[in-house]
This record gives sequence, C-alpha cells and structure tokens, in this order.
Amino acid sequence: MATITLDQVRKVYGGVVEAVKGVSVDIADGEFIVLVGPSGCGKSTLLRMIAGLEDITTGEIKIGDRVVNNVDPADRDIAMVFQNYALYPHMSVYNNLAYGLKNRGMAKDEIDRRVKEAARILEIGDYLDRKPRALSGGQRQRVAMGRAIVREPAAFLFDEPLSNLDAKLRVQMRVEIKRLQRSLGTTSVYVTHDQLEAMTLADRLIVLNGGNIEQIGAPIDVYDKPASTFVAGFIGSPAMNLLPVKAVDGGLGLETGSGLSVPNLHGQDKCLLGVRPEHLEVVDQLPNGPHAQVTVNVLEPVGAESYLYASFENGGPEIVIRVSSHAVHKPGEKLFLGIKPENLHFFESQSGKRIGD
Amino acid sequence: MKKVLFQSRLVPYLLLFPQLSIVIVFFLWPAAEAVRASFYLEDPFGFGSTFVGFDNFVDTVTSTDYGRVARFTAVFTSLVTFLSLGLALLLAVKADKVLRGSSTYKTLLMWVYAVAPPVAGLIGVLLFDQHVGPIVDFVAIFGWNLNIGVDYYDTAFAMTVTAVWKQVPVNFIFFLSGLQGISKSVQEAASIDCRSGFRRFWTVTFPLLAPTGFFLLIINITYAFFDTFGIVDILVKNEPGNNPVTLVYKVYLDGFRGNDLGGSSAQSVILMALVFILTVIQFRLIERRVHYN
Ligand SMILES: Nc1ncnc2c1ncn2[C@@H]1O[C@H](COP(=O)(O)OP(=O)(O)OP(=O)(O)O)[C@@H](O)[C@H]1O
Ligand SMILES: [Mg+2]
Repeated sequence: MATITLDQVRKVYGGVVEAVKGVSVDIADGEFIVLVGPSGCGKSTLLRMIAGLEDITTGEIKIGDRVVNNVDPADRDIAMVFQNYALYPHMSVYNNLAYGLKNRGMAKDEIDRRVKEAARILEIGDYLDRKPRALSGGQRQRVAMGRAIVREPAAFLFDEPLSNLDAKLRVQMRVEIKRLQRSLGTTSVYVTHDQLEAMTLADRLIVLNGGNIEQIGAPIDVYDKPASTFVAGFIGSPAMNLLPVKAVDGGLGLETGSGLSVPNLHGQDKCLLGVRPEHLEVVDQLPNGPHAQVTVNVLEPVGAESYLYASFENGGPEIVIRVSSHAVHKPGEKLFLGIKPENLHFFESQSGKRIGD
Repeated sequence: MKKVLFQSRLVPYLLLFPQLSIVIVFFLWPAAEAVRASFYLEDPFGFGSTFVGFDNFVDTVTSTDYGRVARFTAVFTSLVTFLSLGLALLLAVKADKVLRGSSTYKTLLMWVYAVAPPVAGLIGVLLFDQHVGPIVDFVAIFGWNLNIGVDYYDTAFAMTVTAVWKQVPVNFIFFLSGLQGISKSVQEAASIDCRSGFRRFWTVTFPLLAPTGFFLLIINITYAFFDTFGIVDILVKNEPGNNPVTLVYKVYLDGFRGNDLGGSSAQSVILMALVFILTVIQFRLIERRVHYN
C-alpha cells in the first residue's frame, strides 16, 4: 500500500499530440481515485503512465517514496485491470492468477494459498481449471480482478474494467469492486467515462478535460459545486441546465426571450446560469423568489422519476426538470417553476469558470 | 454458417465439376497410375511390363543408396524447417516491435514480403553461383573453397542456405501477422506480471503463436521435402552421383534418368504415404488445437 504522487506529468505522443498537459495530484494511501472525462481526454494515457506502459514525457510520478519514471512496469508494485480483461488465453484461470507470482519467485504453497484465497473472495473457485475462453464476460472480469488482488500490490489501476459488461452486471461488479477495495484498503486509480460509476466509486474524483484537470474533489462536492460548465455538464444525469443570462432591471433574465428571473448575486452583466433538473420545482403560482415560466414539450418517464423537457417562450433554450414519476403534464401546458437561490450556479460566459463559491 | 438451397440437385455437382475434374485428372489418376506401376517391372524400352508384387518396394528400401538419400533428406528437411522457422520468427519479433501502432509501415512491409519469395529464390541461387556468386567469393576470403556441385558437403550447405533463404519470407509474413494478432493488452498485462522480456516471450508470446507455428511447421516440412526440387536440380548440375539429393529428386532421377519406372513409382508411393500421414497429423492436431479468441 502506498501513496501515488503526480507532479506536472505531461505526455506528448510523437512530438505533436499532447494527451496529458501537466497533471499534479497527491493520492493518499488507500484512497479510491476515479479519473473521469469524455473520450480522448487522456485518462488512459495518465493511468498507463502510472503503470509504466507509457513513457512520461516530462514530470515525475512517485509510488510511495520512490520515483518510478524509469522503473519497469513489473517493478512498480502495481496491478492493472484492463478493459478487455487481457487474460492469458492459453493459461487456465489458476495459472492466469499464479503467473505474476511465479515470475516473482514466490514459493508454490504461498502461490496456492493466495490463488485459492482470491478465488474464494471472487467466487471463481469452480473455474480454476478452465481456460478464459470457456468463461462468461462477468467471470472473466472476476478473473482479471483476481489476477490483480493475488499480487497484493501497492496500487490497483483500472482502465474501464466494467464497460464490456451488460448494465445489470456492471452495477453488481461496481458494488463488488468498491467493497473489495474497502476491505483490502489498497490505493486505487480507476478510469471511466461513466459519470455514475465515477460518482459511486470515488473517494475523490478527478475530472479531466483535454489533458487538463478541470476539478478534483469528493463526488458530492464536485456535484454540488462544479468548477466549470464542463464539469457541470459532465457530472450528473440529466446534465445541469445551462442558460445564457444577462442583467435586466435588478436581476438576471434570459439573453434571448423572457420567462426567467433570478437575482444577480455576483453583479454580472452577462454569464451562464446553471440549475440542476432536480432543483426546478413545479409550483402553482408565480413565486416571489427566483422563478421561470415554461411550456412543456415532452414528459419522459424513466420509472422512479420522470424528466420534463420544457422551453421558454419566444424561442428560448430548452430545459430539463426532474419530476415525480406520478406527475402528469401535457405537451403545451404552461408551468411556473420555483428555484431556491442556493441552488443557482453562475459561470463566466467566456471561460466557463464558476463564479463565487 | 449460411445454408444455401439449390433448386436443382444437379447444380452443386455442376459447380464442383471443374475442381473435381482437375483433382481427378492431375492428382488421382497419376497417383493411381503410380501405385499400379510400383507393382510392375517396366521394360525400359516400353515393351510391356511384368507384375513383380512388392519387389520394387523391397529393392528400394533395402538399397544403400536409398538409405543415404533418405538420411540426407531427413537432415536437410529438419535443418531447413528449423532454420527458416527460427530466422523468420526472430525477424518477425523484431519487426513486430517496430510495427506496433504504425499501420503504414505494416502494409508496406507486407507488400515487400508478399512479392519477395520467388525473387528471393532466384537471388539465392545466384548468390551461390560458382562463377558470379558473391557468397562463393566471400567465403573464399576465409579460405573456404566452395565447390558447389562437386563437393558433397559444399553442395549440401548451398542447398540448405538457398532453401532457407527462399522460405524465410513466407514464414516471416505468417509469424508477423500471428504476432500482430496477439492482443496488445495481453502483452502489457504480461509486462506487468513478468519483468524478463525473454521469459515473457517463451511463456506468453510463443504459446500464443503456437497455432501459427504448428501450421508453418507442416508447411515447411512439405516445402523442404517437395518444393526444393528446383534448387536441388540447379545446384547438383546434372552430377547427381557424388552430390546430395532429396528423395523427391531421386524419384525423378531413377524414373527419368535411370529409366527404372517401377522403382521410381514405388518411391513415389512411399512419399505419397508420407504426405498422407503428415496431412492426417495436421488435421488431427489442428482440430484439437485451440483457436484463441
Ligand atoms: N499511441 C498513441 N499515439 C498518438 N496519440 C495517442 C496514442 N494513444 C493515445 N493518443 C491520443 O491521446 C489522447 C488521449 O488518449 P487516451 O487513450 O488517454 O484517451 P481516453 O481518455 O482514455 O479516451 P477513451 O475514453 O476513449 O478511452 C487522444 O487524443 C488520443 O488520440
Ligand atoms: Mg481509454
């Protein structure tokens, strides 16, 4: 078990593609860090640099107290779980788990003990003699996990380990990975583009965008106070509503169209207003505080709740409202929406940076 | 698998007819003819033939000459197979390192190697030419006076090198595409699990390459046995007496030079049996072989 320290880590592919642009972060011992961001933002590259599968262009990576920039992947004391599991097709499950231990010269009975223990924890004991091709996707996933845990490494690295599983299994394995990481207490870095996975697994999230860190923080903090419109749009589903607003008599109103009135808390001429779908409340009468007036377009029931798509008058933007699954609204219906001032987010129009705290 | 139903029951046979007639005319008929001839003593001048039972086979197998040629063929085949597979694998592993990720290179290289084998064969023979061959001149520097077509061992050496030289590109292509077929993340997982690249090669890469390797092994044995006829023919220069020849070449020598059609047929029947065994082994093992992914 160990800390992982990244200091101004950069990766340039072939002298042109700057995939990671100077990332610094201190990962505590035993912490579960999730790297999240859209496709191509450099998540895998960063993880692979920690693993030693990719050279570090500049900067420094430390695992524990040791700078590992020039340390061989096998000597970094990390274990990695790959998206396609990367099991050795010609080895039995047992040997898949034992391979890394054998190569480290571990005694046979100790290997056996560890493999059996991992098999017990992951419930793959019945398949130890099978080849990977005779396993289902979920079972392969477990074997891949097993290969990581038998090593008892300083850190686990996961690169989208669940994205090849079906939705149900994904949720099940997600819970299991979390439980496993908690009980083993091994420092983990987990890459995903799925914000839900990120939210549920992480002690701390790192939101990456175009090779830069947009925000680091506990999932709930990132959710409550997104540092930029990028994070606001990425974390949370449905995404936060972002509306271009300008100063109008004593408050803020929509840039195009009418039907919105919120206080100008930060004295902006122009900015982006952010409101999460669950913070828009359908009310009977036009409230005194911040409010909006919209016309219903579509009601989308998803079971436990429904999403209401509605637009402002005069061609204003469309917004999403989270409502109870029993709410009944017809297209064309006019609605009053109340918003609590503490649930308003403000972002700079140009940079997208959060205004205020 | 898609199943196609033909209206008429005749159509499938009609479609197969060209292929079947080629097989019958050029393979089955001559083979049957060889089997028949192997039981007869043919008059060299074409005046009839006498049934002699297994005499031709007995004569063939017991002749010292046949034993000598068979031994050479075995050594030659093993050497050519081992060397051309080994060299090709070595080159393919090096090329694979360079190629990972750059597909333009790959296509280019594949092209070069796809046109190479016939050309390489020609060059190989030229390299050993007694008069203009650079290899002959080169080894002369070290005091080795290569006498191809005269000295038994010199000819054997040239034969082996030329045969290997000609076969390496073919093996290379197969090995390279086999290597490229191994998942990158499996290689990476191995590099985390095992520090030594050498050990990694033998425990992960090589076993994953085994199906390709096995297929090539059979191909190469067949090649060394049968397809080296041209090389042997050029190098022994009509002096088969004190030069090494392969079993296939001996069939030709005895049949067409020695006019011993019965004996030569017996030899080719033995070779046919060998090919048959090889084919059975191949099918048996390929069936049992794993097809990864
Ligand atoms: N070997 C490479 N050579 C050149 N560019 C590369 C290489 N690998 C990745 N890149 C580029 O680096 C950037 C980051 O890639 P990376 O694989 O880290 O993205 P990612 O965040 O993991 O995306 P995804 O969610 O799709 O896996 C991309 O623009 C990609 O095209
Ligand atoms: Mg990735």
